[in-house]
Amino acid sequence: MSANIETLDPQKDSSMLMQKEMINSNYDALTDTANNGKKVCSTFVPGNLNELIQSFGMLNNLPETNAIQNAMRQQSGGMIQSAERMGHSEDVCTYVKADIGMMSKGNIAPNGKPMPNPDLLLLSYTGCFTFMKWFELLRQEYKCPTVMLQVPYQGDGEVTQNMRDFVVKQLKEEVIPALEQVSGNKFDIDALREQMRRSAQAEDDLVWVLESAKNKPSPIDAYFGAIYYLGPMFTAFRGTQQAVDYYKVLRQEIEQRIKNGQGPITPGGSMGKEKYRIVMEGPPNWTNFREFWKMFYDEGAVVVASTYTKVGGVYDQGFRHDADNPLESLADYCLGCYTNRNLPKRVDMLEKYVKDYEADGLLINSIKSCNSFSAGQLMMMQEIEKRTGVPGAFVETDLVDPRYFSAANVKNRLESYFQMIEQRRQGQSNMIASAR
Amino acid sequence: MSTVDIIKRCEELYEDTYFTAAREWKAADPSRKVIGYMPVYVPREIMHAGNMMSLGILGGGDNLEVIHGDAYYQSYICRIPRSTIELGKTGRLDFVDGMLFPSICDVIRNLSGMWKLMFPETYVRYFDVPQNYQDDIGGNYYVAELQELREGLEKLSGNKITDEAIRNSIQIYNINRNLIRELYDLRSEMPHNVSSNDVYLLNRAGMVIPVEEHNEMLRDYMDAAMRLDNPKRDNCRIIINGSFCEQPPLNLIRSIELAGCYIVDDDYMLVNRWLLNEVPSEGNPLQNLADAFIHESADSAAKYCDRHEDVGMYLLGTVKERQAEGVIFAAPSFCDPALLERPMLTDRMKEHDIPHISFKYAENSGQMQPIREQAGTFADSIKLWS
Amino acid sequence: MKCFIGIDLGSTTTKAVVMDDTGTPLGHGITNSRSNYDTAALVAKTEALISARLVLLRQELDKSSGLSLSTDDTIDMLERHFRLAQFLVQLKNLQTLCDEKAAEGNYKEDPATLGKALDGTFASLQVELSKLFEPGAERKSDFFRDLAGTVYMEVAEAEADKLKINSDTLINIYDKSIIEVENIPPEVDMSGTFMAALDSTLNADEIQTTDFGQVQSALTKVLDIELEETYVVGTGYGRARLPFPKEHIRSEILCHGLGAHLMYPKTRTVLDIGGQDTKGIQIDESGIVVNFQMNDRCAAGCGRYLGYIADEMQLGLHELGPLAMKSTKKVSINSTCTVFAGAELRDRLSLGEKREDIIAGLHRAIILRSMSILSRSGGVDNELTFTGGVAKNEAAVKELRILVQENYGDLKINIDPDSIYTGALGAAEFARRAVEA
Repeated sequence: MSANIETLDPQKDSSMLMQKEMINSNYDALTDTANNGKKVCSTFVPGNLNELIQSFGMLNNLPETNAIQNAMRQQSGGMIQSAERMGHSEDVCTYVKADIGMMSKGNIAPNGKPMPNPDLLLLSYTGCFTFMKWFELLRQEYKCPTVMLQVPYQGDGEVTQNMRDFVVKQLKEEVIPALEQVSGNKFDIDALREQMRRSAQAEDDLVWVLESAKNKPSPIDAYFGAIYYLGPMFTAFRGTQQAVDYYKVLRQEIEQRIKNGQGPITPGGSMGKEKYRIVMEGPPNWTNFREFWKMFYDEGAVVVASTYTKVGGVYDQGFRHDADNPLESLADYCLGCYTNRNLPKRVDMLEKYVKDYEADGLLINSIKSCNSFSAGQLMMMQEIEKRTGVPGAFVETDLVDPRYFSAANVKNRLESYFQMIEQRRQGQSNMIASAR
Repeated sequence: MSTVDIIKRCEELYEDTYFTAAREWKAADPSRKVIGYMPVYVPREIMHAGNMMSLGILGGGDNLEVIHGDAYYQSYICRIPRSTIELGKTGRLDFVDGMLFPSICDVIRNLSGMWKLMFPETYVRYFDVPQNYQDDIGGNYYVAELQELREGLEKLSGNKITDEAIRNSIQIYNINRNLIRELYDLRSEMPHNVSSNDVYLLNRAGMVIPVEEHNEMLRDYMDAAMRLDNPKRDNCRIIINGSFCEQPPLNLIRSIELAGCYIVDDDYMLVNRWLLNEVPSEGNPLQNLADAFIHESADSAAKYCDRHEDVGMYLLGTVKERQAEGVIFAAPSFCDPALLERPMLTDRMKEHDIPHISFKYAENSGQMQPIREQAGTFADSIKLWS
Repeated sequence: MKCFIGIDLGSTTTKAVVMDDTGTPLGHGITNSRSNYDTAALVAKTEALISARLVLLRQELDKSSGLSLSTDDTIDMLERHFRLAQFLVQLKNLQTLCDEKAAEGNYKEDPATLGKALDGTFASLQVELSKLFEPGAERKSDFFRDLAGTVYMEVAEAEADKLKINSDTLINIYDKSIIEVENIPPEVDMSGTFMAALDSTLNADEIQTTDFGQVQSALTKVLDIELEETYVVGTGYGRARLPFPKEHIRSEILCHGLGAHLMYPKTRTVLDIGGQDTKGIQIDESGIVVNFQMNDRCAAGCGRYLGYIADEMQLGLHELGPLAMKSTKKVSINSTCTVFAGAELRDRLSLGEKREDIIAGLHRAIILRSMSILSRSGGVDNELTFTGGVAKNEAAVKELRILVQENYGDLKINIDPDSIYTGALGAAEFARRAVEA
């Protein structure tokens, strides 16, 4: 979520540089706790309580992000295999195995320095069953305090008062006391409010950036490119002034791209003519991230909206962190994350994206590791086809397991898919022509 | 009635993917409703109190051909949701008025939403349970969830579900749980008379017939089984763990026994034994059900374990209580909870020198030879080294 | 005349179709796929052009009267001699390569003895292979590799015995050489070979001198027609490796849909079960693909599965279908995973199930998988066209009919014996349209 796109237009790279510096600075802070004396809280991206963690002066370490970093550096394969040799099933999530394998290989952070052991495991059990067992496994290794925040699933597609009360109560009686104890600092609700105010500011700009894809051509790629844009928001920076500044700069850059009528920046430079507007469902593959992306921009395909960019918070549907009701708002944030929404709601959201962003198709990248995302995607695809008339397609990869990325297979399907869209388009225009 | 006759009836129920018994029960009275549920636990008392039969849906077994179900799932997802969809899409559940999908894993969780999309006329509820075991936090949340379920079922059936009725149902299910516990004790005591095949089928019967009938069946079986005098074989005593959701084919259970293992405990159909002790039938019934869930319920990988010291201790306790000599970790392929938890459980077993082996299955696994071989070798090794 | 060519580079075979500017297919050719994609494509294209010449010759012969031989017999005769001439060229290439390998001295036998053994082997090989092209002779395959390979094994063994050397050495030399031979680009002197083939029919006394003249003039006329390669479109799994510019490449899904539409214009659903994948394709009334699904990452239940089962049971692939048709009892096989199917199969056999019943169950298992893929792609609409290697298997077809009937009612199911060319046909039509547009 935080690597860098190289080969950029020189005048466009200030947000990129900022982003890279931010991510690096967090790793530097994490690997320097011996000197800076900070305490480390490990937690997950979906439903992460960054504002709260920061308000206690603690650092935030996200195991998914580490697995992604390792995958992008081609390190995850060995880590996964080492976890499997330790007895972890080949069937289960490769984030978990990459994390466990990373530990067994000395827990080296991307900056080459060893990662400190967490002082607290904050299990934000949001939208993913695996999280629960993942932290049970980590607890076995680190033997450190562990606190769980259970975020009830929106089974009926709505947040009930009972759910909200349950989360708020856990925050008050379980999570905050644990943070107080580990950090040695008293809970300061005003510090939290301050963080949340800044979150909301940055969230406004982020939403503007994501929605800029409604332009034709879209100035951004809302999946591959947006991964970079979301880095600060999904990780350790939501609630900081740095994030506010970053999103302001990013927004200005994109405003400029729209004015210039430019498409997205890609690792291959500026994209050619926009031929296909795609809505994406499912997380990306990280081991072959660029290769996968290239299969899109080479064909003139741009992703205009995606659901993965909502796993760490669904802001484009109206939610903002609310400093006036801090704990309730944190509860609503957690309860509203994408994978915590039930399938009918996920379908509704995709349908809205296809229509609002005038997409040509829905593409599902089905991830072996992630049943939370994947179980039911074939039905979602059928529903979207039925409701919108745009064709769906399906490719299968994995998050960080290089054994599960078959480039030839994926490319074959994508090409067939894009050509089908093109052919259908031609067929339609022929029909219109002959009707005249 | 002989055990053979009773088990024959159970086998018929087991093989009947049209659930004729439940259909007949419903047809006898227009005010009756049938509510399907999936593993691992639902409070059946609430359905019972509303004149509704709870119907345990455990997939399609190894004889159901799955066409439509496969169309919705990738190859890396377990089998139970496929065959369950097949049951639905082929009209086998057309008499079912509601479906409950308990919080067990992401696949079953998402199936709840798929069911809403596929069968918009059916009452569908994702049945959430607390993973926080504090009375005023998880306990309160759960009581409110139970209340929501109760209201949903009242609306569905038009039947008022009174506290009094739930208390009465708790009593009836207390009897059922007690009988099941007796059955497990009896098997542990005389596994030569009470085979795992029989125990399994008796449990399965409880999924698809009214609880009162099941109670009678259990009593009749145990009366007859105690009088048997089968030869006791030199088998080793093992516990099955990890089979709490998708079920193995019956042949697999038989194969383990034939290979020289007496199964003295298992986690098949935990719903029958989830609440470990008698639930009080006085006072607030929802509170009582919640208290039992929070403080006195069985363990499975679908539960969060609060403290590392407690991980695997439930299983270890069962090993001791049943005087088991080993554990067979048998989980369905692609079962996240069971497979994620397995390394922690095997560590705990190692710590206490409990022999164990692991394998995976699917509800339609066809090849038993590897199972027989592994279980047989395991049994032999236990006998050799003990 | 303007010709449009479609080439389908599949995982096991490469196919080509030649079409004229009215959209009428003139000929098709097939060869086994190999490491050198260009060569495979070139061979298939050459084969298609040969077959196009024969089609044109047939039209020409039908016009002329007074031949004592029927057109069919004439074409058959000429083709046999043409094929033989082609084969002998390849045989000669093979021999040269084998001789080179023998002379390198990397074997324990001395090069002179090996050379002698190879001389003998190839002499017999020529005799034996020529017999395969006599009137009425049956050939199990049209691929040089298959035909030469089988005969080579037999004659090399005899020759090795004679010279008291290890036949493995001869086979090793062959294995190394055949790959190289296959990758030598074909250089067919079309006219020369055809005329030589005609002469050879005369020498073999298969044609009367009175007929000869007429056929010769018809053939000359046909050979004088220039088959201009106006536009070529490549498709298939290996399409990206074809030496074509991007606009000359189409996805096999699109080609397959269009090909099926050309064969059966009322087709709305296409099921293709190939060696490595299974596709369900939905097309509209003009052959445009509106939806498709392929088997997911797991290739369970594809054609290869049957190949694996055949190997397990030590049967030929083509024997599976007929055996399954003898089944009288339903046995359900649950595993379409090639790895597990073998174990399940042995388990069933040990339980006393009959081979034919198990094999029938396996066929059903494959078709069940396909039904799921069809269901994913949007179901089955009338008419359904079934293509790919598995469509040739009668037991698979039988199960498909049953399951389609059960799930979608009475639908028309089309199966063309030449369905293997569906993708190439669609590609040729795309080529034609590219120029037309």
